[in-house]
Amino acid sequence: MLLAVLSGFILCTLAPWLTRSFGDRAGWLLSLLPAALFIYFLTWIPTIAQGEAVIIHYPWIPGLDINMSFLVDGLSLLFALLISGIGTFIIIYAGGYLHGHKDLPRFYAIMFAFMASMLGLVLSDNIIALFVFWELTSVTSYLLIGFLHEDKDNRWFALQGLLVTVVGGLALLAGLLMLAVAAGGEYTLSGILAAEDIHAYPFYTGMVLAILLGTFTKSAQVPFHFWLPNAMAAPTPVSAFLHSATMVKAGVFLMARLNPSVGGTDLWFYALGIFGALTMLTGSVMALRSTGLKAILAYTTVMALGTLTMLIGIGTEQAIIAAMTFLLAHALYKAALFMLAGALDHETGTKDVTKMGGLRQVMPITFLAACLAALSLAGLPPLFGFIGKELMFEATLGAGGALAAFTSLLALLSAIMIVAMAAVFALRPFTGRRKETPKTPHEAPLSMLIGPVTLATLGLVFGLFGFLPAAALVGPAVAAVYGDPITVELYLWHGINAPLMMSIAAVIAGLVLFAKWDTVLAGFKRLTFIDRFGMERGYEHAMDGLVAVAEWQTRLLQNGSMGNYLTTIVLTIVGLAGWTLLVHTDTPIPLGLFDVNLYEAVVAGLVVVGAVFASVTTSRLGAVATLGIIGFSIALIYVLFSAPDLGTTQIMVETLTVILLVLVLFRLPGFIDYSAPATRIKDAVVAVALGGLMTLLILAVNDVPVAEPISDQLVHWSEPEGHGRNIVNVILVDFRALDTLGEIFVIGLAAIGVYAMIRFRAEDKAQ
Amino acid sequence: MEPLMAFVVGGLFAASIYMMLRRSLVKLVIGLILLSNAANLLIFTVSGMQRGLPPLIAPGDTLPAGGWADPLPQALVLTAIVIGFGVLAFAVVLIHRAYVVVKEDDLEKMRSTDT
Amino acid sequence: MKAMDSLILRTAARFLLPLLLLFSLFVLLRGHDEPGGGFIAGLVAAVGFSLYVFAFNAGDTRELMWMDPRVMLGWGLLLATLSGLPAILEGKAFFTALWWPVEVPLIGSVTLSTPLVFDIGVYLVVIGSVMAIVLALAEVEE
Repeated sequence: MLLAVLSGFILCTLAPWLTRSFGDRAGWLLSLLPAALFIYFLTWIPTIAQGEAVIIHYPWIPGLDINMSFLVDGLSLLFALLISGIGTFIIIYAGGYLHGHKDLPRFYAIMFAFMASMLGLVLSDNIIALFVFWELTSVTSYLLIGFLHEDKDNRWFALQGLLVTVVGGLALLAGLLMLAVAAGGEYTLSGILAAEDIHAYPFYTGMVLAILLGTFTKSAQVPFHFWLPNAMAAPTPVSAFLHSATMVKAGVFLMARLNPSVGGTDLWFYALGIFGALTMLTGSVMALRSTGLKAILAYTTVMALGTLTMLIGIGTEQAIIAAMTFLLAHALYKAALFMLAGALDHETGTKDVTKMGGLRQVMPITFLAACLAALSLAGLPPLFGFIGKELMFEATLGAGGALAAFTSLLALLSAIMIVAMAAVFALRPFTGRRKETPKTPHEAPLSMLIGPVTLATLGLVFGLFGFLPAAALVGPAVAAVYGDPITVELYLWHGINAPLMMSIAAVIAGLVLFAKWDTVLAGFKRLTFIDRFGMERGYEHAMDGLVAVAEWQTRLLQNGSMGNYLTTIVLTIVGLAGWTLLVHTDTPIPLGLFDVNLYEAVVAGLVVVGAVFASVTTSRLGAVATLGIIGFSIALIYVLFSAPDLGTTQIMVETLTVILLVLVLFRLPGFIDYSAPATRIKDAVVAVALGGLMTLLILAVNDVPVAEPISDQLVHWSEPEGHGRNIVNVILVDFRALDTLGEIFVIGLAAIGVYAMIRFRAEDKAQ
Repeated sequence: MEPLMAFVVGGLFAASIYMMLRRSLVKLVIGLILLSNAANLLIFTVSGMQRGLPPLIAPGDTLPAGGWADPLPQALVLTAIVIGFGVLAFAVVLIHRAYVVVKEDDLEKMRSTDT
Repeated sequence: MKAMDSLILRTAARFLLPLLLLFSLFVLLRGHDEPGGGFIAGLVAAVGFSLYVFAFNAGDTRELMWMDPRVMLGWGLLLATLSGLPAILEGKAFFTALWWPVEVPLIGSVTLSTPLVFDIGVYLVVIGSVMAIVLALAEVEE
């Protein structure tokens, strides 16, 4: 199982090389991996169909008890099969669609990374691993959407998709962590699903909202739906994969996954029900006013995602059955439709459905597959989509509460529009008069037809023989999402009931709408205000605002004035440390006994007087000389107070400092104080504040009884263990040698830095 | 001695910050040197000051006679002094190079130069 | 920079440099027992060379040093790092000090140790760093 998830990442690194070596046949060759994975996942069906959930552990960091664990149950297996199965056809298809594209190797590399991330996402048991895979899908899909990166719009749309989903991802992380806390520190999905009292978690509302923000952005629910149609900037194989079974379904997957433990509350019910239904309606309305083949499909995807969210929210037995059935049906027909749209685009050179016509003769197989898939989209018998749609109506009617009427009405409305759009897709390009297209169309190659034809046929097979998917796929998935085992039976014929009536009504109204589509389209064209008030405008404003805030705060903080930085730092230190000192020191700090000898006082006085003189003098030479006096006085202090090594070092460094200043400083211009008198007073106040703080700190420290210094051990070890009688040196070269090693590296780096700067300057001059 | 040193260190810090707040490059360098000295003295002072008890062991003994000044802060300060010199050299050359490139020694006028 | 045209300085430098170098070696080798050590010894030697730079010029000093200071810096770092390795060969932690008393004819018992090697590394790094800086600056001047 670990290999199954990771193999995509491994192949990702090999794919570019394989693609270059095998040229045209690379697509077929590479598709062997997802095909093998698909077969591997198929072998799990007998186990899972019996209602089992298998958890597989791999020790990852055994010392820390961190495992890589996978959860295989009906839901994750359904997704894994969809990802690997549709993935197989997408890889083959891409070989034809992007035939000869210079970046095809890169495409395959990203595609496999994305596929592996997606598999990891649906199979992970650990929620942290799940989150990592979740973000990986965001990143890899960003690369896929922006694949044709030469186009500015593509980059913009890819970034839009990334930002929207990543912002949601951030919220999701917070939500998942809260969920783990709510489940009693349980970081595995299996543990969370087994936890009892998640609803009693005090921050339940916040947790649900955080998780939903993540899933809604990922699955393009209103009001975040705008990124999905824009993601059509991707090449068609990407769209077909991302929007049928993978990326956008990740949000739906997570909601379904968490439904048994987190769901079942009013919040869950209404949030998912209302937003799902609104998304469903928005998607179908937007689809109706689109003319691009891919745009139509993108908006119907939004519609489908809304439907799924709504059904999970309703949460009844019928609703979950409907959700899983619809999920499967949608994945099959949507992948097929996208690939067909790509084939049409590839062969005719246009994406606009109104510019195509009469292609039935030249592209008969495409036409046939399009009819099958579109019938499934429209929800007509005997296709699998029909079963899904019937179940959906049944679920909305039984939703309970005010939601029943609301969702049923919206479901009917969107069904009408989807019937119309399905008809547009299947009939407009193929029937009627032949229209001039940029390219002379002919039938697409085998690599581009095998996928859509197989998937569309599968939609027909599943429709006719509903027991096949019912037992193997939908049943176990429903059990996993509902939380209890349910017997699922899928039939085309449910008897004459309300759902059937709604279906018939939808089909009739939809066909009327199709007939009048040109009029409707013209009507929509006049309603340009939708674009002006759409969510995308909100996104743009948010982005502009973000940039403005960033500019404002950069100007405020990074204003380029050394003095301002320093003043800010000093005042912060004085404020924080001073405040702490004030709060934690009860007694006034005693000055203690000044047991000072005269010569010590003279040396100390020299340092202070020198410091003051250096600050106020107008002579550069005077300042440097004063520095020397200060340095030698400090050396004297070291020597007087038992540190002969320090004293010697200080004297040597002081000498070298003077040499350095002579070599460099005197080549700098004068010693002018540019500041106004008022500024000088302000700076003096800042400086004295820090100096005063330091004085108070030392006095406070001096007042605290010190515990045994740790260095006593070092002193005791020095002669017997270190064979040295100069303890300071023994510490430097023996006890703390690693420390010293680091320090001499710093010195060496500084020297090399100086050398480099000087050499660059010399080279500049030479030029 | 420590209370007196507290004022010495405070004075050094105040002078160094004041110099670093000046707009002239040369004064900035002097401020840096003072700051380095102030920090070393700070560490030396707060670890306790002893007269005439260097951490040296007489030949044949295993411990310094009559007590010792803490050797660990001394070791730290010793390396700090040398590193301080290395960093100072780097800063001085960097500042000089900045001056050569920008041809301006007033820090306030260097603000918007991005070269 | 222009060599300072001072006979006294030149004469002094010519005599002082060997003395300072000898003194630095002395400080280096006795540093484990008496005040001194690699840092101080390196600084003493660097001051001696710097004096020579002022009295004569950078080129002469470079010849006198028989090694580019940057190369010396590299050798110092290498030596200091290598001194930690013998302990690993003996199965001890990196930088554990090891001691080998050696009988040398005429001199008697001498103790070789990894801390001594380390200190020599420090010595070379300090000389190399300081002289790399000083020579580079002085050469720009010339």
